[in-house]
Amino acid sequence: MNATLKLLASAPWSARFGIVVILGYAIVAILAPVLTPYGETEIVGAEFEPWGGDFILGTDSLGRDMITRLIYGARNTIGIAFLTTGLAFALGSVMGFLAAAISGWVDQLLSRIVDVLMAIPALIFGLLVLTIVGTSIINMVLVIAVLESTRVFRLARAVAMGIVVMDYVEASRLRGEGLWYIMSREVLPNALPPLVAEFGLRFCFVFLFISALSFLGLGIQPPTADWGSMVRDNATLMTFGDITPLVPAAAIALLTVAVNFVVDWFLHKASGLKE
Amino acid sequence: MSQILKMVAQRFALGFLTLFIVSLIIFLGIELLPGDIAEEILGQSATPETVAAFRKELGLDVPAHIRYFDWLWGMLNGDMGRSLANKREISELIGLRFGNTLFLAVTAAAISVPLALTLGVLAALYRHSFYDRAVNVVTLSSISFPEFFVAYILIFLLSVTFPIFPSIANISDATPFWEKLYKVLLPALTLTLVVVAHMMRMTRAAIINLLASPYIEMANLKGLSRARVIVKHALPNALAPIINVVVINLAYLIVGVVVVEVVFVYPGLGQLMVDSVSKRDLPVVQASAMIFAGTYVLLNLLADILSILTNPRLLHPR
Repeated sequence: MNATLKLLASAPWSARFGIVVILGYAIVAILAPVLTPYGETEIVGAEFEPWGGDFILGTDSLGRDMITRLIYGARNTIGIAFLTTGLAFALGSVMGFLAAAISGWVDQLLSRIVDVLMAIPALIFGLLVLTIVGTSIINMVLVIAVLESTRVFRLARAVAMGIVVMDYVEASRLRGEGLWYIMSREVLPNALPPLVAEFGLRFCFVFLFISALSFLGLGIQPPTADWGSMVRDNATLMTFGDITPLVPAAAIALLTVAVNFVVDWFLHKASGLKE
Repeated sequence: MSQILKMVAQRFALGFLTLFIVSLIIFLGIELLPGDIAEEILGQSATPETVAAFRKELGLDVPAHIRYFDWLWGMLNGDMGRSLANKREISELIGLRFGNTLFLAVTAAAISVPLALTLGVLAALYRHSFYDRAVNVVTLSSISFPEFFVAYILIFLLSVTFPIFPSIANISDATPFWEKLYKVLLPALTLTLVVVAHMMRMTRAAIINLLASPYIEMANLKGLSRARVIVKHALPNALAPIINVVVINLAYLIVGVVVVEVVFVYPGLGQLMVDSVSKRDLPVVQASAMIFAGTYVLLNLLADILSILTNPRLLHPR
């Protein structure tokens, strides 16, 4: 505990700001039903009511309370992005470790598949696959998880390559341990630090990717509250000088900035540079 | 010299192999995914007859490899088939729009490339100064912004609060060039803000790396003037990484236009692709995906080749 506090005290202001913001988002997302005055999809007033009065941030295009949608949006958007990133990491790192541990043709095959997937821009590939399988939350999560896992694979493989040649891995091989034991007990603990930093970066990409798809109307579908689609639904207000659509967009931007600040600090510490 | 030619030829071969595989994936992706695309699109209520008719329309009754080569041949000759939604020729739909997308991307590039290079070089030369740190924080933030956030802030500032630019970039074929440029400026500015941060950070890193190398120190110790060190010794070696940065970001621009086009209702290829995805108009999506991915692959190939051609070590072999 003491060590954690010491570490935090040594962090630059940008990283501390990032940590505070991330914690804030997490609390709002977890406590969503307690914090909100109305239900997620409840229609409570006329369309596009102004700020103030009963509705702090007014109402949206269907007369739903804006602040309620915003808070539930934290839960949905962040939750789905987190799940997607987790899936991408599970898939990417298992494949990466496998490629490094077995090497030979398995490594060649996986690496070439990843090369090809990375040659196509992710958004374009995502749009193509969503046309074929149809737009739904599950499809979107799977598509993005597979696309992002390619980047995780590259990192996991590179890190694991350095580990599998170590003596202790050789020793456990001679002991007759199985592939699973080597991957989970020998490679994983040693590969964790770079993967954790990458998790933050990947989360940002996934989060922005999902928001972009939802903004385009191809991601999280109504009536689920989500920040990207909230921007899209209320965009017409912009032309009347109302900044309501900027609020969910700013919520997205603030979280990604916060995560980036923390990751930047983490990488800086991990690289051991004293600039 | 022959070594360079060999390397360039290798890259070309690799690039075209990539293009070929990408086209395979885009076209045959349907085969790999579970389920039947015709039933999937028509829904549960479709009768077997309509499904069969639809399969015939998509050409799914022909073996996959024959369909693929037909499609590829058509793509190369400008005949991309017909849209499912409105039965129009896809090449007709795409032709104009791709021109518009390129126009937007080129305008954005014309603003962002000089801006990013200047900012990046300055940040590298005045490292650790207040300017460098401020630029670092600003760019780190702007990398994390979603494109539509930047776009709406610009709309709010430059077309609602101070009505300088229109918030909708509805150009057509008949729009005169200067008006086109005026209308496209706000979307181009959005794209600029999105890519400048990345380009600038990469330029800064490349220059810092370079200035730390021993031959630059040697040149300084010889007592050469600062200008001579930079122009004669640093620049030729910096060219390759900088060209790489620029071209990779241009490739990113081509893809990044999708969201921006939707925000500004700009009649480009990205807008068409998004519309076609929600209509599940597969032939149009495939054709647009191929054009986007093809441009992306070709630009990356260009970056590779240019950095080989500008590498002083390869240009002056011993």
